[in-house]
Amino acid sequence: MLWIDCPWCGARPETEFRYGGEAHIARPDPATTDDAGWADYLFMRSNPKGVHAERWMHREGCRRWFNALRDTVSNDVLTIYPMGTARPDAPGDEAGGG
Amino acid sequence: MAEAAAPRSPLAGLGKALAEMRADGVTIAEGPARTRLNLRLDQKDVEALTAAGAVLGGSLPRTPNTAATTVNGTALLWLGPDEWLVTGSAEAGAQLEDTLRARLDGRHHALTDVSAMYATIALSGPLAREVLMKGCRLDLHPRAFAPGACVQTSLAKANVILHQTDDAPSYEITVRNSFSVYLATWLLDAMAEHRPA
Repeated sequence: MLWIDCPWCGARPETEFRYGGEAHIARPDPATTDDAGWADYLFMRSNPKGVHAERWMHREGCRRWFNALRDTVSNDVLTIYPMGTARPDAPGDEAGGG
Repeated sequence: MAEAAAPRSPLAGLGKALAEMRADGVTIAEGPARTRLNLRLDQKDVEALTAAGAVLGGSLPRTPNTAATTVNGTALLWLGPDEWLVTGSAEAGAQLEDTLRARLDGRHHALTDVSAMYATIALSGPLAREVLMKGCRLDLHPRAFAPGACVQTSLAKANVILHQTDDAPSYEITVRNSFSVYLATWLLDAMAEHRPA
């Protein structure tokens, strides 16, 4: 059982949450983006082995979205941070950036 | 609120089973009919929070996982940083809603009557905690979960609002109508081992 620290409700079991995919994917302007750029936005994800920035929502609790850094190898949730803020540094985070 | 036929509880069909349940150390009953108002306010709008608190007779809890009870018996349950469930007596309902709406007029808010969306199950007694622990992953030990604690979580896979009201301990479980029969049946089964021999 993975426990996730909801920024509002505190530590809750993973089953109370909904996973929202990779974080920090900006929607390009459809008027100025070509098909390849749009396909990249829709389908291409980083899928790293290691630290991954992702979105979570506390579905059975406060129903608020937040971002998390999770290590995809150990399944440890390293950091929780608000949506709309830049990706923070995490210990052993080699991917960097967003 | 327009005149309407008296609401029928979704748990009406289980009335006999609930009334006849006898267990040592724990009692179960359907909670009284309640008015439930979902209130959303801008958490930075201190004036609106104060105004709502003045109408309700107590301040809206700002600490997650807590509830407050006002002088007139209305419970204010924390649901989110900008969201509360106001539960009062069935009679207080329409007036409470009108007063709140009038007081918050012109302010950014949302006030929704959700009375008919939920059923309430009251579980009480020294063994109530043991019964809940069979289906709830949260720490319900008194050091972590005391009177006034109020969480939204899953109980036996049903999404509930679990509110501890006193030291007995007594819990008020607010659950969606569509899950209420399932949850009440599950609770009756969970209590069965405490039936007198």
